[in-house]
Amino acid sequence: MLRLPTFRYLQPRSLREALAMKADAGPDGMFVAGGTDLYPNMKRRHQEPRVVISLMGIEELRRLDGWNVGTCVTLSALSSLPTFQRSQSAVAGAAQLVSTPLLRNMGTLGGNLCLDTRCNYYNQSYEWRKSIDFCMKKDGAICWVAPSSPRCWAVSSSDVAPVMVAIGAEYRLVGPQGERLVPAGRFYHNDGINYLTKQPDEILVDVRLPAPNGWDAVYHKLRRRGSFDFPVLGVAAWIQWNGKKVGEARIVLGGVASYPQEVAAAGAALEGAPLSDEAIAAAADAAYQPSKPMDNTDFDLSWRKQMTRVYVKRALEELRARH
Amino acid sequence: MADKRRIIGTALRKVDAVAKVTGGTRFADDLSFPRMLYCKLLRSTQPHAKIVSVDTTAARQLDGVHAVLTGQDLPIPFGILPVSQDEHALCLDKVRFIGDPVAAVAATSEETATAALDRIKVAYEPLQAFDSAEAAVAHPEPRIHDYGDSGNLHKLINLEFGDADAGIAEADLVREDLFFFEGNTHLPMEQHAAVAMWSPDGKLTLWTSTQTPHYVHRALAKVLELPAARVRVIATPNGGGFGGKSDPFSHELVVAKLAMVTGRPVKITLTREEVFYCHRGRHPTLMWVRTGVKQNGAITGMHFRSLLDGGAYGSYGVASTYYTGALQTVTYNVPRYHFQGARAFTNKAPCGPKRGHGTPQPRFALEVHLDKIAEQLEIDPAELRLRTLVPAHSLTANYLRVGSMGLGECIAKVVEGSGWKRKFRKLPHGRGVGLACSSYISGAGLPIYWNNMPHSGVQLRCDRGGGVTVFCGSTEIGQGSDSILAYIVAEILGIDPFDIAVVTADTDLTPVDLGSYSSRVTLMSGNAALQAAERARQILAVHAAKRLEVPAARLSFAAGRVFDRKDHKRGMSFAEAVQLAEAAEGTVGTVGSYTPPQGAGKYRGAGVGPSPAYSYSACVAEVEVDPETGIVRVPTIWIAHDVGQSINTAAVIGQVEGSIYMGLGEALMEEMAYRGNRKVVHKIPSLLEYKSPTTLEMCDVVTYLIEDPDPNGPFGAKEVGQGPLLPVMPAVANAVYDAVGVRIDEVPITPEKVLKAIRRKEKGEVGRFGPDAFPEIPWPEPTQIPTPWEGGDGKAVTGAPIPLERPH
Amino acid sequence: MSNESKVKIALSVNGEPAEVAFAPHKTLLEVLREDLGLTGTKHGCELGECGTCTVLLDGTAVLSCLVLGVACEGRAVRTVEGMAQNGQLHPLQETFADLGAAQCGYCTPAFLLVAEALLAANPHPTRDEIKHALAGNLCRCTGYIKIYEAVELAAARMRGEVAQPTRESLYGR
Repeated sequence: MLRLPTFRYLQPRSLREALAMKADAGPDGMFVAGGTDLYPNMKRRHQEPRVVISLMGIEELRRLDGWNVGTCVTLSALSSLPTFQRSQSAVAGAAQLVSTPLLRNMGTLGGNLCLDTRCNYYNQSYEWRKSIDFCMKKDGAICWVAPSSPRCWAVSSSDVAPVMVAIGAEYRLVGPQGERLVPAGRFYHNDGINYLTKQPDEILVDVRLPAPNGWDAVYHKLRRRGSFDFPVLGVAAWIQWNGKKVGEARIVLGGVASYPQEVAAAGAALEGAPLSDEAIAAAADAAYQPSKPMDNTDFDLSWRKQMTRVYVKRALEELRARH
Repeated sequence: MADKRRIIGTALRKVDAVAKVTGGTRFADDLSFPRMLYCKLLRSTQPHAKIVSVDTTAARQLDGVHAVLTGQDLPIPFGILPVSQDEHALCLDKVRFIGDPVAAVAATSEETATAALDRIKVAYEPLQAFDSAEAAVAHPEPRIHDYGDSGNLHKLINLEFGDADAGIAEADLVREDLFFFEGNTHLPMEQHAAVAMWSPDGKLTLWTSTQTPHYVHRALAKVLELPAARVRVIATPNGGGFGGKSDPFSHELVVAKLAMVTGRPVKITLTREEVFYCHRGRHPTLMWVRTGVKQNGAITGMHFRSLLDGGAYGSYGVASTYYTGALQTVTYNVPRYHFQGARAFTNKAPCGPKRGHGTPQPRFALEVHLDKIAEQLEIDPAELRLRTLVPAHSLTANYLRVGSMGLGECIAKVVEGSGWKRKFRKLPHGRGVGLACSSYISGAGLPIYWNNMPHSGVQLRCDRGGGVTVFCGSTEIGQGSDSILAYIVAEILGIDPFDIAVVTADTDLTPVDLGSYSSRVTLMSGNAALQAAERARQILAVHAAKRLEVPAARLSFAAGRVFDRKDHKRGMSFAEAVQLAEAAEGTVGTVGSYTPPQGAGKYRGAGVGPSPAYSYSACVAEVEVDPETGIVRVPTIWIAHDVGQSINTAAVIGQVEGSIYMGLGEALMEEMAYRGNRKVVHKIPSLLEYKSPTTLEMCDVVTYLIEDPDPNGPFGAKEVGQGPLLPVMPAVANAVYDAVGVRIDEVPITPEKVLKAIRRKEKGEVGRFGPDAFPEIPWPEPTQIPTPWEGGDGKAVTGAPIPLERPH
Repeated sequence: MSNESKVKIALSVNGEPAEVAFAPHKTLLEVLREDLGLTGTKHGCELGECGTCTVLLDGTAVLSCLVLGVACEGRAVRTVEGMAQNGQLHPLQETFADLGAAQCGYCTPAFLLVAEALLAANPHPTRDEIKHALAGNLCRCTGYIKIYEAVELAAARMRGEVAQPTRESLYGR
């Protein structure tokens, strides 16, 4: 049986208490919500906190208040929100595509947004990683995906994050220095190790979704199986309609970089015109160019790159079809 | 006059069903004992290296550690086949793959044992490692083992049944193809576990999730140097086996030794990653086949070559290699046949027997090859097969005795059920159907080690209260072998199967059954149970007849009674019949046993392939291929299986559906992937990244059972656990061709491969993905065996004489 | 390690109050199997990648390998051992047994509990809804088909219908 290491487990009831506990624990402390990302990682010794501070007992984080969603809302709850209208369904739809029904009953919105970057040189047991002298992301010096690279290429594997970036959600963080609002697009770094701009002692409290006002979004996920699997490519497409024309558009790729990668040129290719086949092809091509999947997930990387074009096209076609 | 059957052929609950749905079944990891210690294994982090030193000092000093073992503590080699005794419980002087066990710890908790492993220091001297059979062929040195037929080639086979080249020369069409079948693994949901207990009176007991307690028993006695009479192996119900729990394993020997050293019960439960290292799964196999056919589809000769990547140890590999050549002849009439097989050692987890053992790979090759031939001959692929079927009750070119043979009927069923004639080559682009057939053994004709004893034994005891206990060494792995014993005995004795206690897989209590492998259990333990039950019935009938004053031959056993067939009221309860017999003769107990018929082949290698009976399957797969992505979806599979006679129809259908499931995984997504450029590390030893189909990938299955009783099976029963898997992969490949016109001559059929082939076709190249070369192999001189129709008697006319101890 | 001091929690297990002490890093899976003796809950990876360890926590199906024991204070856990009542099998247990939905039986407790949670929320699930509800549980033996059929049959019986297995599911076409 693969077991957890020893640690102290704390269950604060308020944000203040949680922040104080984290301050006490220092770098040895980590926050946990659903545990579906952290505990497997702890079993494989990716993270080795001495103190684990659960956020699940904090009422504020479980709140659903209009378009503000607390980060400890489970993915199951998020995916079945009756208040979400069509434009928000991309959020619910992406949540519903995460892993399995069982995991979604435990995993939270915040957990998925802060999901540790993944790599099949990294998401392995300690013993396995020892065989290759570890990697840069944990215990080692080299990135096996790109051995001459100075950075880690672990992949952003969240399904919900690309949607949040695409629709322009804002994240509310609370830390020892107070509160701040961060646009989703600025919450992530393209670095497999430092992939969040969130400080370790900050808590992601809730997510503010833009009110529906003529925008629409979809999320398409590529993976081997219909459940369990992380995205090897995610495409979040957002359009602010202006009558029959595209006002603004954003295309965000998941699973191909260490962050949800917005391809500005793809969005730009759509703006100001109806969503024609030509415009869609231009956007798909624009998204294809910078999509640079690495050999660290399931599937062949060149195929994943080719699929960028197909998946962007299909996402946009879906948006067009239902407009 | 035979009584009407009441149980055989119905769909009863399994005898262990209630335990399984209530959490009552005790699997190996569910066992625990007072003062039990926990074992963890330190595994090699090198793919191929000499062990310079192992320092366990710091581990021994850790609080809670009771014992640490290294290779020197268990120096006697073992292995499932007598010809491949090449494993050590813990590596002695070298390691051969990442995951090879090097040291073991017993401690008061798993956490402590894990911490102790971190404190063991192993110094290695790395050697060049090989990640494929081709690499092993190209590099005879450094040798992974110091035995084997040549360099890093473990086994080389060259058998010629008639002059295949001459046969091929008579053909109207000669076709050559290359195929590759990637390795994959069993992935039982239960991780292997074992608990050992040593008693101060010198007796060792091992509970273990094994499919072959008898072979584990032998290995324990050998490696631990204990008299077999002091070793007891109890196979716990397996949480899935599929062949992956058929070898004696390092961890079983290690916990036994640790129990002896510490005097305390010791348990090990492997992690999922370690299960990947135990492996013994499908051999990655490269195949080349050349077949000559007449315009009407008749095969004139076939030449088949296989190259198997065996991984780091022998395991069943010699048998696996023979199996890649053995069963081509039992479906279609191959009058002259040349088989060359080679197995290489590589620095990967050892391969062995997985469901279909060595035959899914050549079946894939043959069935896709025939699909291509049919197209060239412009014959419907179903029709081509129907024209070339092996006749029932015949002898093949390689001296396999075919008994009942229902393949024609199987083909007819799936052709009709699937709407084949409406669909084949007629569906819109992106949708297609494919057909394939197969056959499998109902048990191997020979045991793993050469002996003349029965393959399965049953003891039966009738209790004066009317209960019956059946003792048999057979092992329940979910296939229902315990239930089969109860159903057969209940049928013969006319009692309720749930009044029968079944005691199985315990070397102290049960007569030997060789194990749950090669689809042998229903036929062999079933025949043994049938014999024991008939003997008991005879005893009871004598005394009941005397009391009832009717001839014994007129007695019926049914509904818990023994009665006059002509006057049902004249009778007594089954319990009374037992009491009469017990009063007259003493305790009522009988035995039964089963030994398969002698094979017809007398050449070296003839031991692999013979079986008391062959099952047959035909399959049609319908697929949807997305031409933009290459993603293949399989909505429906139609399968007809010739099972001879169902003992329990629901259980048979369960085996068929499960086989389709596993075949679908092999066809589309499952593969053992390694990183050759990163120390041959296993790329994905996890349930997340080794892709086992979920409910959302599984297809609908339409099952037809063909029941043409075989004279060698109990009530005519043949196997069902493995055969229906075999046609799935080629049926899917053939359907992909029908859908989008590209040939994927490689398993698994992944979207990348399909899309590449589609792109090639679009560019005007050959629309195919698959291997393009078969390496030069230093084949030995062929052993020539004249075919039966050339006046052969099953003996070779050239080649080495058969040694006394046959290689299996 | 093993000498760390134990924590004690009170919870409800299969409808009965229980108190249990264990090392604080243990998962609910380990607590159930090792400290409460409820070995009916199985495990296949301990990483949330197979669904084999599923139990119901306050009625919701969760992966017990990723739930901390200490997080279960005051909560209600239901395992396969709690499904049969007063010696009577649960309708799902009956149909799983009768249709052969349990082959090796190792993944069965998890499937039963997920199915029970499904039927509690949706007494009349379609085949597709059943597939989606069970998509987090791997089974290597059955190909899932007998499991779907068992869930459908039990659902019908739980709705009060008199339902029998279809002939094809028991005897083929």
